[in-house]
Amino acid sequence: MGKKPSVFLFSMLCFGLAFLYIPMAMLVVYSFNYSKLVPVWGGFSIRWYRVLFESEEIWSALMLSLKIALLNATFATVLGTLAGLALARIGRFKGRTLFTGMITAPLVMPEVITGLSLLLLFISLNSIIGWPSERGMTTITIAHITFSMAYVAIIIRARLAGIGQHLEEAAQDLGGKPFRVLLDITLPLLAPALVAGWLLAFTLSLDDLVIASFVSGPGANTLPMLIYSRVRLGLRPDINALATIIILVVAVGVFIAGWLLLRQQQQRDRDLQIATTDNSDLSGLNDKDHHSHDRSGDIPQHQVDTGTPERPSRR
Amino acid sequence: MSDTLDHSDRPWLDPDTAPFIKVDGITKKFGGFTAVDQVDLEIFRGELFSLLGASGCGKTTLLRILAGLETPTSGKVWIDGVDITQLPAYERPVNMMFQSYALFPHMNVAQNVAYGLKRDGIPKEEIVQRVGQMLTMVELSGFSKRKPHQLSGGERQRVALARALVKRPKVLLLDEPLAALDKRLREQTQFELMRIQEQLGVTFIVVTHDQEEAMTLSTRIAVMNEGRFIQIGPPTELYENPDNRFIASFIGSVNLFAGHTLTRNNDLYTIALNKHDLQCQIEHTQHLDNGSPIWVAVRPEKITLSTTPLAGEGLNQLMGTVDDIAYTGNLSTYRVKTQSGDIVEVTHPNQSRSRGSQLIADWDDTVYLHWTSADSVLLSE
Repeated sequence: MGKKPSVFLFSMLCFGLAFLYIPMAMLVVYSFNYSKLVPVWGGFSIRWYRVLFESEEIWSALMLSLKIALLNATFATVLGTLAGLALARIGRFKGRTLFTGMITAPLVMPEVITGLSLLLLFISLNSIIGWPSERGMTTITIAHITFSMAYVAIIIRARLAGIGQHLEEAAQDLGGKPFRVLLDITLPLLAPALVAGWLLAFTLSLDDLVIASFVSGPGANTLPMLIYSRVRLGLRPDINALATIIILVVAVGVFIAGWLLLRQQQQRDRDLQIATTDNSDLSGLNDKDHHSHDRSGDIPQHQVDTGTPERPSRR
Repeated sequence: MSDTLDHSDRPWLDPDTAPFIKVDGITKKFGGFTAVDQVDLEIFRGELFSLLGASGCGKTTLLRILAGLETPTSGKVWIDGVDITQLPAYERPVNMMFQSYALFPHMNVAQNVAYGLKRDGIPKEEIVQRVGQMLTMVELSGFSKRKPHQLSGGERQRVALARALVKRPKVLLLDEPLAALDKRLREQTQFELMRIQEQLGVTFIVVTHDQEEAMTLSTRIAVMNEGRFIQIGPPTELYENPDNRFIASFIGSVNLFAGHTLTRNNDLYTIALNKHDLQCQIEHTQHLDNGSPIWVAVRPEKITLSTTPLAGEGLNQLMGTVDDIAYTGNLSTYRVKTQSGDIVEVTHPNQSRSRGSQLIADWDDTVYLHWTSADSVLLSE
């Protein structure tokens, strides 16, 4: 089997892809519809894109969403990394499993509950200490950090478990104080996980509608909130145009990320190949070296003042 | 060697030499599990000391306690007269070579080796010079720009060694230094390690589960089991004068015959074997009551095999049939079934090339096993 693709499997693949992409394709097609009524084709046009770019409201919602996503991703990465480090490196203590479970709870908590509880928190905080005086960007950012951070913590913890503790121990053994070891060894090794966590937190925030709607106040509309509120009043062609742009941006982003990853992988493979071929050459040289002369005299003794002259015999 | 007072090669025999490392009543518990149990140890300057034991015997835990990576539940550790029990790993005059080598994957070879010196705030020119020296010593001078993933196993091992030695530690701890290498490279590297240790004079403590490796490398070996030391001594002592059956069978192979004491004349005991019609006389310094159960241990290479019975003073002889022969090139191992049904192993060097003369006996031949009493050891436990 395998040479000729089975008709059944091939049609299943087509069906699956169609299921995934037909809705999006329709959206893209109708974004170029001249007609104001979405389901009625009125000829090709880019008028809705023009409408979109001229809309103050959309621009400000987009900027708000991006600002929140950036802040959220950064804070969530810092806090999530700290939590992940603690979970992975604190060792055995009573209730460790409970803590580990608790950090993952926001992942499975219904968003409605998270949103509601945060709204309640902000309202009671306001009545007790007078802050936050009004809900908006700050409250949405805080709300997003609370759940994004859990995702980052999980990613970091998994990566740390993969790295193991020996490298940090080796650095300590060589004289690195714990904070120094964190900077020199742990964080550089975590870099891929940090980037992944940051990106995930960024997209989670950009995506979120439910929690943002709960904790937002008057005047602060994120892009998903704006889209949702507009579509509630009926399908609108300018939103189709907006969605098409988002699809394009995401597609380009995914393509670039994939290309970078692929290139990195190829580079690594090449390095490895070069290294292995080089090694065989050099080890050959070393062997010759080994037999031809005694290298014990290569290092003048006075330079190596590590120990004492006396050394017990082996037998 | 009998009564000379010069113990410079064997400092452990000299009561006036102060130990360089002193481990005093160290215990380490993990929850309910005792990994290291009331261990005392004295190691002298310049020794290449091995901790030998099966996995899970506590040897690595003890090494990590010496490195400061594990805090003992109780007990103290001194190095060079200083109590270091409470010192964190980064302040100890000790460096460790990890079993996995633990090379920093994001740094190249030179950066790896330089890391410890940088943390100590050593001037840049000196770092460059010392790293260069170390890489020359481990024969990796051309490799300084390589990343660890571009190195072979043996090269990584040498980088790890250079990185641990470059700080000129008072003690180098090596956790299974050769376990990740293949057999050929391991044998070659054993001698390399010994050369480097001899050249630098640093005290080495090696953890290993490989008894052959421990025998080759060490000035002295401590055999560990279930968190305790069973016997500490130079390789020859462990092999030729084991304290008990555990050591006798852990280091090399051995034939053990159960028996009991009959009479004692000074240090010379007369023994009867339980399952064989054989009495022998063996020296033993500890006191044993008449009739005490004992074991006679004889190494396979100390037994000679012949097809005809031999007679001789103090020569112990058993009869049996050849059950199996294993030819391993340099040696042939004969497994002989005695009349009581026990299997006795005898090894014989294959000194001659011709196939016919190598085999003293063939399968199912009746053979006689001989050994002198002086070549057997009496074990009371």
